[in-house]
Amino acid sequence: MAEYSVFSLLKNALNGNRDWKPAWRKPDPKASYDVIVVGGGGHGLSTAYYLAKEHGITNVAVLERGWIGSGNVGRNTVTIRSNYLLPPNTRFYEHSMKQWENLSHDLNYNVMFSQRGVLNLAHTPAQLDDYARRGNSMRHQGVDAELMTPAQIKQLMPAIDISGNARFPILGGLMQRRAGTARHDAVAWGYARGADRRGVDIIENCEVTGFLRDGDRITGVTTSRGEIRAKKVAVVVAGSTGRVMQLAGIDRLPIESHVLQAFVTESLKPFLDTVVTFGMGHCYINQSDKGGLVYGGDIDGYNSYAQRGNLPIVEDVMSEMLAMFPSLGGVRLLRSWGGVCDMSMDGSPIITKGPLPGMYLNCGWCYGGFKATPASGFCFAHTIARDEPHELNAAFTLDRFHRGILIDEKGQGATPRLH
Amino acid sequence: MLITCPYCGPRDVIEFTYQGDGNRERPNPASQDLEAWNAYVYDRLNPAGDHNEIWQHSGGCRAHLRMVRNTLTHEISSVAFVRGAAANTKSGGKP
Repeated sequence: MAEYSVFSLLKNALNGNRDWKPAWRKPDPKASYDVIVVGGGGHGLSTAYYLAKEHGITNVAVLERGWIGSGNVGRNTVTIRSNYLLPPNTRFYEHSMKQWENLSHDLNYNVMFSQRGVLNLAHTPAQLDDYARRGNSMRHQGVDAELMTPAQIKQLMPAIDISGNARFPILGGLMQRRAGTARHDAVAWGYARGADRRGVDIIENCEVTGFLRDGDRITGVTTSRGEIRAKKVAVVVAGSTGRVMQLAGIDRLPIESHVLQAFVTESLKPFLDTVVTFGMGHCYINQSDKGGLVYGGDIDGYNSYAQRGNLPIVEDVMSEMLAMFPSLGGVRLLRSWGGVCDMSMDGSPIITKGPLPGMYLNCGWCYGGFKATPASGFCFAHTIARDEPHELNAAFTLDRFHRGILIDEKGQGATPRLH
Repeated sequence: MLITCPYCGPRDVIEFTYQGDGNRERPNPASQDLEAWNAYVYDRLNPAGDHNEIWQHSGGCRAHLRMVRNTLTHEISSVAFVRGAAANTKSGGKP
């Protein structure tokens, strides 16, 4: 019987729900492991899960400084899409999308994946042409994409302002219908339980304070809970990449940490059943199952590890939301928060062996890491287990910057705040 | 965030544009040292704590500023004109 099923629900209900096991154990760290995954976020947990499931490597520890779900996996705006232009990105994110489509079954955990569609709005003819080009590129690679007219968009979301006298009139949009949202906490908990049940030790409140080395080779970590040795140490710490890699003596990387803010309003009646993005500036919005509108915009645009931002971006995001949906003017903001993003120099991620022997690095997710959670773990686990990249992450190297083979989706160059 | 421009005084961050990491050193334009150029363009110190950075008061006097700002607290400990320390004095205050 699957651990979570209608039968186990019934059985436990009759038992007064006394026999449920915690979704993961709280083990003390052992002296050594085959693999240590530094970082218990979505990507770290999925890496551990696929190491166990796909490669049979179960003597694994996931070290988390805080608690499971305290970082970016619980701070993002839950959007999942594969609407990229450049082939390495399209292939990778489409693989992730296919994993999402089966993730609840795979994990035996309902991640509430909802393919409600993601619509990018276009406000100028040039932007619409650009979207058509991206849509063609996507369809060419087997990803769904369709251009929509303002009338079709109005039918989909009656509250949207498609009038010609809007400051930035809506001329159309690019829709990916298979895109959507998932519940981010469930993703963390589902991967954590899946990894735990296969033997992985998830160790919370365990901060890495240094690396153990034998010459150049990394042989383990020192932590707030003692020394732990391992044959392989995988670092997947998103916004903290700079901090953690500094402990290993790597003080410069093609990464800057920036803060991204997100917002949620009070609960409303059903209002919006699609994810929609504003094209003049940057604002994306969806409605959660609880009814709150979850939305965000650009990063603040300066280096930050602070997990909180400043007011100019708040004003930007609010005005863009109101440009799309003027009727939201009276809605109250419930909460806002910030997460630290690992902005890479070309806007694309890094999943690679190295940079030191015995070490593996996964970072550079900018502000789009949530949708990559399954494929990132899948590819990183492959890279760790086989000591060579999967074909899906072969392009996401660390030395691509120095070799001049960048994957610059937006064509912005090495200015992280613009990606 | 309030930034005290040495010319205009304290102003809201919205008047300023972030020009990025101030730790980088541009190689001599005639240099053919590829590693040095690569490091200049792509590699960042990205510290958690005090960070040297360049800002421009683009919505004000347009001066380029060298700042030390803490990336954990957003606290700014020093602001000066990029061009010369003399600019910090009253007489040399024009950018």
